[in-house]
Amino acid sequence: MSGLDSPGNGLNPTVPPVESGRKSQTRRVFGVLIRIDSVTKRYPDGTVAVDRLSLDIPDGSITVLVGPSGCGKTTTLRMINRMVEPSEGTILIDGVDSRQQPVNTLRRSMGYVIQNAGLFQHRTVVDNIATVPRMLGWSKDKSRARARELMERVGLDASFAKRYPYQLSGGQQQRVGVARALAADPPVLLMDEPFSAVDPVVRKGLQDELLRIQEELGKTIVFVTHDIDEAVKLGTMVAVLRTGGRLAQFAPPAELLSDPADEFVEDFLGADRGIRRLSFFSSAGLELLTAPIVAIDATAEQLAARGATEAPYLLVTGLDGRPLGWSEPGGLTAGQIDAGQLLPYGRPFTAGQDSLRAALDCAVLSPTGWAVAVDAEGRAAGVVSQAAIGEAIRGAHAHAHAAGPEAAQKATTR
Amino acid sequence: MNRFFDIPSDLQHSWLGLIGLHLREALLPVLGGLLLALPLAQLCVRLRWLYPPVLWVTTVLYAIPSLAFFVVLIDYTGQTELTVMIPLTVYSLVVLVPAIVDGVRSVPQETLAAATAMGFGPVRRYVQVQLPIAVPAIIAGLRVATVSSISLVSVGMLIGNQGALGNLLHDAQIYNRPELAWNSVLTTAALAVLVDALLVGVRVLLTPWMPSGSGATRTRKEATAR
Repeated sequence: MSGLDSPGNGLNPTVPPVESGRKSQTRRVFGVLIRIDSVTKRYPDGTVAVDRLSLDIPDGSITVLVGPSGCGKTTTLRMINRMVEPSEGTILIDGVDSRQQPVNTLRRSMGYVIQNAGLFQHRTVVDNIATVPRMLGWSKDKSRARARELMERVGLDASFAKRYPYQLSGGQQQRVGVARALAADPPVLLMDEPFSAVDPVVRKGLQDELLRIQEELGKTIVFVTHDIDEAVKLGTMVAVLRTGGRLAQFAPPAELLSDPADEFVEDFLGADRGIRRLSFFSSAGLELLTAPIVAIDATAEQLAARGATEAPYLLVTGLDGRPLGWSEPGGLTAGQIDAGQLLPYGRPFTAGQDSLRAALDCAVLSPTGWAVAVDAEGRAAGVVSQAAIGEAIRGAHAHAHAAGPEAAQKATTR
Repeated sequence: MNRFFDIPSDLQHSWLGLIGLHLREALLPVLGGLLLALPLAQLCVRLRWLYPPVLWVTTVLYAIPSLAFFVVLIDYTGQTELTVMIPLTVYSLVVLVPAIVDGVRSVPQETLAAATAMGFGPVRRYVQVQLPIAVPAIIAGLRVATVSSISLVSVGMLIGNQGALGNLLHDAQIYNRPELAWNSVLTTAALAVLVDALLVGVRVLLTPWMPSGSGATRTRKEATAR
């Protein structure tokens, strides 16, 4: 876990710490590792790609640059490792001007992940990953051992080591790309739309994997995307850039969703930002009703007792406690409950772990209008009505408003 | 059949000797052409404006008949193998330069960007990334250049017994032995086929990273992926 002691930690006392956090219970105070100071990129033909951009990229967290095409997000990323040289302004890495060290030394201290992975097609997976360690003068054996370790870290089976890129799927190639960027354990990871060329299912898997890896390694990641959902999902901080390379807003995602700075940001966030903001509220506060739950082998007395609950429907569970479906109380006869006759219960949410967004989604999907909560093992933990979820949402909003936007932290799973 | 391999003594070589001579006169120019084409092609890749004029010059040189080359060169290099090999070297450029340029250019943008971002300098990037990925295209060019060179060596007979197997054509005429002409044609063709097969083998050995099947499908797949 040497990745945790990236050089930026606490070495920059003059900069006020940016408060942020991946989870409400593991709030950390981050220093600034990369400071972009009124940087402008003007091309010889007069086009301005980035216009007086200033950003403090916090240490040990994911900062997402998001915006429409032509907003200069990739240019900004490439100015950090000097693949593009700024026309004006400076970029400080850990307080030091990035132009003070040889460009290739700078680049080897930053991992870089690119769309379509950009793997070396003529090298095996293990040699691709070992590229930077080899350049840094590590021995072949040590580099390869490190590469195999990273394959495991990014969820690639060891049997892929000797394969060539053409033998891998797009998602697997991208995993190799991430492993290659991590190989020399750089404090900084630059990611340029790394997941935009893979299909949505694979993309979700890669995003979850990135969050898991980040949880373990705590790198400083600068992530470029044009997908606002990806930005909200991954970012500790999100910088929204507008066309012409100007900063529209720089805020944690929850704040972005609750208080967009202007019309441009609001448009860019899309129509359902209210719904999406719910992913930042935990479902832990929901009051779950257990009374309307009956087992499939319930006796007549149990059924009669359940008939008097406030829910208009009863949730029938199997002998293992897993939900089977809904039924009207009168429709059940003790000993003769037919699982095939029950109404579907939609998709349950995991109580306490999922967000209010997931809970609301379950209630909307359920034909009875009631959401089913399950525990980590998938056993029914309770049911909750749309009205109760609505109540919880209003409560969460009021709480967030009173505590200020900083309090609106991400729910455990998004 | 015995007379088929009975080479007239004026050629001063056995049949196998002629084959060795032929291979030397055909392959050395291709090797020389490759050594010239590599830096030339790299220049054309780096300075885009240079490529069209270079292509134009190599094509014009290719259009000059070898006989014209011999007439000019014979004053300097005499009736030697070198006089045959210099035009062949020049001719090989017309195939090799575009093959290398296209091969190097076929390296995907994101591969180049990734290499740069990992701290590859221009030289390291060329040698470790661009050239290896261009190998299939370069070998495709080498195959054409080699086969063409093997067949062209025969014209060396025009400047006095410098045409290796081609000299048999001349001897077939003066000694009225048509089987020598057959020998020349068949042996030259067999050499071309063999050397070509050898180059295919070299490509397979050098590029275990290519999907089995032809190089063309790979390039097309990449083109659509981009």
